[in-house]
Amino acid sequence: MASEPFSLTGSGNRADTGFRWMAIGAASLVLLILGLIALTMTNRSLPVLSRMGLDFFTTRRWSAPDGLFGALPFIWGTLYTAVIAVALAVPVSLAVALFITQVAPPLLKRPLVYVIDLLAVVPSVVFGLWGVLVLSGRIQRVYDRVHEGVAAMPGFLIPVIVLAIGAGLLLTSRRSLVGWVLAVGGLLLLLYFLVSGRSIPPLVFGPAAQGRSFATAGVILAIMIVPIITSLAREVIETTPATDKEAALALGATRWEMIQASVFPHSKGGLVGAVMLGLGRAMGETIAAALVIGSSLGQVTLDMFASGNSMPAVIANEWGEAESLHKSALIALAVTLFLITIVVNLIASAVVRRSMARSAGRA
Amino acid sequence: MRTLNRMIPTTRILTATGALALALLPTACKSKDKPPEGAEKAAEGDRGGAPQAGGEKPASGAGGAVTLNGSGSTFQKGYQEASIEEFGKASSEVTINYGGGGSGKGRQDLADMVVDFAGSDSAYKEPDLAKNKGGPVLYFPILLGPITLSYNIDGVDKLQLSPQTIAGIFQRDIKKWNDKAIAGDNPGAKLPDAAIVVVHRSDGSGTTDNFTKYLDAAAKGTWKLKSGSTVEWPADTQAGNGNAGVAQIVTSTQGAIGYVDLSDAKASGLKYASVKNQAGKYVEPTAESAQAAGDGIEVKDDLLFSALDPKGDGSYPITYQSWVIVYAKQTDKARGEAVKSYLKYLLTDGQRLLPELDFAPLPKGLQDKAVAQLDKVQVAP
Repeated sequence: MASEPFSLTGSGNRADTGFRWMAIGAASLVLLILGLIALTMTNRSLPVLSRMGLDFFTTRRWSAPDGLFGALPFIWGTLYTAVIAVALAVPVSLAVALFITQVAPPLLKRPLVYVIDLLAVVPSVVFGLWGVLVLSGRIQRVYDRVHEGVAAMPGFLIPVIVLAIGAGLLLTSRRSLVGWVLAVGGLLLLLYFLVSGRSIPPLVFGPAAQGRSFATAGVILAIMIVPIITSLAREVIETTPATDKEAALALGATRWEMIQASVFPHSKGGLVGAVMLGLGRAMGETIAAALVIGSSLGQVTLDMFASGNSMPAVIANEWGEAESLHKSALIALAVTLFLITIVVNLIASAVVRRSMARSAGRA
Repeated sequence: MRTLNRMIPTTRILTATGALALALLPTACKSKDKPPEGAEKAAEGDRGGAPQAGGEKPASGAGGAVTLNGSGSTFQKGYQEASIEEFGKASSEVTINYGGGGSGKGRQDLADMVVDFAGSDSAYKEPDLAKNKGGPVLYFPILLGPITLSYNIDGVDKLQLSPQTIAGIFQRDIKKWNDKAIAGDNPGAKLPDAAIVVVHRSDGSGTTDNFTKYLDAAAKGTWKLKSGSTVEWPADTQAGNGNAGVAQIVTSTQGAIGYVDLSDAKASGLKYASVKNQAGKYVEPTAESAQAAGDGIEVKDDLLFSALDPKGDGSYPITYQSWVIVYAKQTDKARGEAVKSYLKYLLTDGQRLLPELDFAPLPKGLQDKAVAQLDKVQVAP
């Protein structure tokens, strides 16, 4: 037995063949189900798409009594809240992951990991209810302060500050992506102010009518995706070879310099993947978003303190009482969401592959 | 450890609001607690008898019990729950489940024969009737109830509104509480110079449907948003999920006004406005003024009607109604009989439960017609 060469295709081993077909069957079943779902959903969304055409994606009137369905505000709301959530969650997640892997004493490490993983299994409705009952009532005052503060500043101040931070980061490292984004963004804001005399920041942080808004949804979604991003980031960071880290430390690097020089380059691809997974979850989240986003119609605005709506929230809210064409419009929303998440995931895997190839090439 | 300690108050708040949680969420799931059709039929086949009213509890639960499932209107859910409890005391062999989910879901479930009866605040649309798997249906009106205009402004404890003013407020033509139109409805009242926050339903809802139908009829010419279970609300309005969700926002927002059914408005301790009816009188929403609205209605042969915008001095104008819908042909003897006896209870003995639940009982004429219609329910021998 032991001397026989191991062969995957050998017909002599019935268990192997059986396992092979079972694996192929399971794998193709997943694809088949996915394909069928896509097919029936697209099919059922045809009535509204043939009626609205591309207007479905580009107009903002959503009126069931008039038979008009423009999904732009919901597409915008989904993307905007997800971006806010990721912007809030990524720094926190990275910091926590670095703390756990590089800084925390071993005694603290296990309970910390446990608590964060626990956060990941809290049902989203719990976050949603906390958001609507506790957070949204209190956060409105914060929004008002921010708006008043931003509006009271001279129009050039914020662009200049942003520009200065960006420039500062670029001075320390010319390759800092954040530095480039802030510097270019600050410059553009400043130019816009000089040309038009208007300042963008008070528009982004508008007056808050109440506490349920894009920003609140972003905060709740951020809390929900922190554990996912953190635990993935932690696992990725832990794969950094000890020799890399020791080499950096041996050259006299501080802990932060070691992280910059060894940990980040090694785990960049995995970290991007973690962030993209978080983004995907934030876009698909239904109940929590539905409870705190405010459910306003027709909002395509940069004002993050305004109430809006997102695709999954609209589906959850309106499905129960929807009639034929309205139902078709909601299914079309689901198809759109499906497509957007696929695109995000494709981009994510492309980024991961590229940065992995790059780090492998450099190593 | 600190993190854990901080989590505890949150958990406690959440437990305390468990009931609210259910009201806030769209219950989009099908009634899962229903056992498979075949298994249940087989169990009934062994026995083949009608449920005995007032009988003793079944010894084991293996034989003798009939389970009826209903779903739909959340408006009538309070009445269904109270009736199920009372009816269960009299007929312990019949178990009834009523899941909410909204009128639309109830009608769909009945059309697919997933449930034995549907609760609905509106009728099937003509083209959808043909899709009903079990043939023609019968409508049994069971209650009337008022939709309040609940508001939250400090210093204003009495508010009167005409349909035109309500339409103006909800389509954001009127944005301040001291607007001329509101002042005109409330001579002598002190109204603050505060912004109005309009709150509506975020979910598709029979309450929205009836409220907008009312404005479409009573504020003709002024109201531009048409009617439906969801309409195109202006962007600068707020939305809550379910009656409880709207009530919660109104409670917590100064200057807010929203439409909420009477029992939820009372449960949340909200103030609500008197509304000008067809006779030009301002009437407060109560079980009595809703019943008065029922006296003036015209009922068609199929027992379909609308109690919105009724005649009569004492009628509250935004009064709506709810039906139980069943198939005229009941194919299963035991279940058919149980449906009939439960319907009879809802239409007769159960009616006395309604005022306490802030609903209005059916007017006598309508009740008689509905009871007479019970004979049209044919149960297979």
